[in-house]
Amino acid sequence: MSKELIRLADCTMAFDEDIVLDKINLRIQDKEFLTLLGPSGCGKTTTLRIIGGFQTPTSGDVLFDGVRINAVPPHKRTINTVFQKYALFPHLNVYENIAFGLRIPKADAKGGKVKLPEEEIDRRVTEMLEVVNLKGFEKRRITQLSGGQQQRVAIARALVNQPKVLLLDEPLGALDLKLRKDMQNELKRIQKAMEITFVYVTHDQEEALAMSDTVVVMDAGRIQQIGSPEDIYNEPQNAFVADFIGESNIIDGIMRADGVVEIFNRRFQCLDGGFEKDEAVDVVIRPEDVDIVPEDQGQLKGTVTSVTFKGMQYDIIVDFYGFKWLIQTTDLSPVGSRIGIKIDPDGIHVMKKSEYSGMFGDYSSYSEEYEEISSADPDGEGSGDEE
Amino acid sequence: MKSKLSWFAAPYVVWMALMVVIPILIMVVYAFTAADAADFEGTLENFSEMGSYASVFLRSFRLALVATLVCLLIGYPVSYWMAHEGPGFQRVAMALIMLPMWMNFLLRTYSWMSILENNGLLNQLFRAIGLTWLLGVDYIPMIGTSGAVVLGMVYNYLPFMVLPIYSVIIKLDHSLLEAARDLGADDQRVFRKVILPLSLPGVLSGVTMVFVPSVSTFAISRLLGGGTQIMLGDLIEQQFLGGAYNPHLGAAISMVMMVIVVVCMAVMNHFGEGEEQAVML
Ligand SMILES: Nc1ncnc2c1ncn2[C@@H]1O[C@H](COP(=O)(O)OP(=O)(O)OP(=O)(O)O)[C@@H](O)[C@H]1O
Ligand SMILES: [Mg+2]
Repeated sequence: MSKELIRLADCTMAFDEDIVLDKINLRIQDKEFLTLLGPSGCGKTTTLRIIGGFQTPTSGDVLFDGVRINAVPPHKRTINTVFQKYALFPHLNVYENIAFGLRIPKADAKGGKVKLPEEEIDRRVTEMLEVVNLKGFEKRRITQLSGGQQQRVAIARALVNQPKVLLLDEPLGALDLKLRKDMQNELKRIQKAMEITFVYVTHDQEEALAMSDTVVVMDAGRIQQIGSPEDIYNEPQNAFVADFIGESNIIDGIMRADGVVEIFNRRFQCLDGGFEKDEAVDVVIRPEDVDIVPEDQGQLKGTVTSVTFKGMQYDIIVDFYGFKWLIQTTDLSPVGSRIGIKIDPDGIHVMKKSEYSGMFGDYSSYSEEYEEISSADPDGEGSGDEE
Repeated sequence: MKSKLSWFAAPYVVWMALMVVIPILIMVVYAFTAADAADFEGTLENFSEMGSYASVFLRSFRLALVATLVCLLIGYPVSYWMAHEGPGFQRVAMALIMLPMWMNFLLRTYSWMSILENNGLLNQLFRAIGLTWLLGVDYIPMIGTSGAVVLGMVYNYLPFMVLPIYSVIIKLDHSLLEAARDLGADDQRVFRKVILPLSLPGVLSGVTMVFVPSVSTFAISRLLGGGTQIMLGDLIEQQFLGGAYNPHLGAAISMVMMVIVVVCMAVMNHFGEGEEQAVML
């Protein structure tokens, strides 16, 4: 569909002895919306800074349009950045902030420098102010803007230069939920309309899924998985990805044959194959993929240990043979009731064992937390001792 | 709440009244009265008399301006360079800059006298290396020139330029510089368009802190200017303590000087206002 624009090849970044990025391999397609997603400190900003030219990888190559650009300084790259804390110039007003890049003379074909005419600058700044909905704010000082407005100035200041690539480092981090959602749509719209490659950094998985063409899940300086939002959600590669993207129950299983996985000594139909016979695996079951049925009809039977009302649905914790699952359901099953569950083959996802096995996907602590909260509640049932 | 605040402010208010407002009022009264007037009759005599000292006014402001400029030209690069070195280096450099200030001001200036004199250290050196012989003179006159006075001012007041500029540059948000580079600015442009305007508040307070003491100095001009470079400070001193005893004229000169300085600072601060606000954020 489109060509490769940026490539990180075996990029390693080390600060002193501290390896922050470990042999990152990443291809970014022209005009795509790619998101780097991962927990704090996993190396997202560092990756972005390598692309932007603010950091040179300790080893490995950065390619832009097939050309190695490791040593090209930031001001010579056709890449612009929206910084994590905006970094707007406090001594300039909104207009001059946006015009900053346009006022810099550019090298022309003959090796000379050309300045954009003032009318051209004015036209482009005005147009950009319209794109980010900030008409009438030209003369405002940066200090007189709200967080959301500052953020839009930062986007305009970068976009007005018509870069090939826009790097955005958690641009919505400081905004409230409502504004965040609006800006997500806005950014997506701008990216489509201007046909610019976006490399977007976030640690919010919902945001990543909603906005991206490609999601890159990172942890501890390594890329865990690259794929479309659907792939990442439906086919997580390991327990870390499964847990980081949405809620998951992750259970030890044994692959008895292609399409047959055994959990809690019961065999389930699934769609995965290609494993060794009797290979130990991690099985992911999303809380919304579980159907609750009367106990006698269930593939597994368990006891409800807690119920939380979440608006759209109830989050219930069910104890199966000592292992606690999170299940989302619209029908209320009271605490203490016995239920059965059924899982369709496409609701089961089998993963190879990894270094993350056993670390995620167990809701025992979740339900304990919940019980603590409810017993602290003076109206709750568990508070009899104090009366 | 409000009354509590004013309670705490009381000592300050009393202090300001006693030590600032009343002395200024006394000065104003002196400036507008004549020595021989029996009943404090107002007069502008002191101000009209001042005309004959125009050359002293001019010299004072000129030398102070030159000294301030030299301090700025030395101080800015020094501060900039200090701010870009490691913290260990910064501590040492800061100590070295502060060190002379902990020595007595007069002592420092006397030392310069013995360095710059016709038979001073420098001229002895020039003689030893044959420079005076080359030029066909006995000594190179340095003491008693306006250059010596400026040197004295620069030497004494340079730290007041370096400190405020340094403290502004060290606090500059590094991401602003990265943002400028990201938008295509090379090092030179980053400096001109971001670092320089954002360090302007430091420059302004440095300029104020050098210019004001320079324009009113009397010790430096007398010791290093050798009586030929008389400045406003000397003039005022003479009116109060010297042979030309006339406190009314002295008060008038002080007042005019104060007004000129205040106006200069107000104009300058007006230009720097925007930046100052911006940096406060
Ligand atoms: N200049 C530096 N010197 C030393 N260590 C650094 C430097 N920059 C980053 N690191 C380290 O590299 C790791 C990754 O940092 P990075 O800023 O890329 O994380 P991140 O994924 O952007 O996190 P966050 O979501 O908190 O912004 C962190 O452990 C950090 O401490
Ligand atoms: Mg970051």
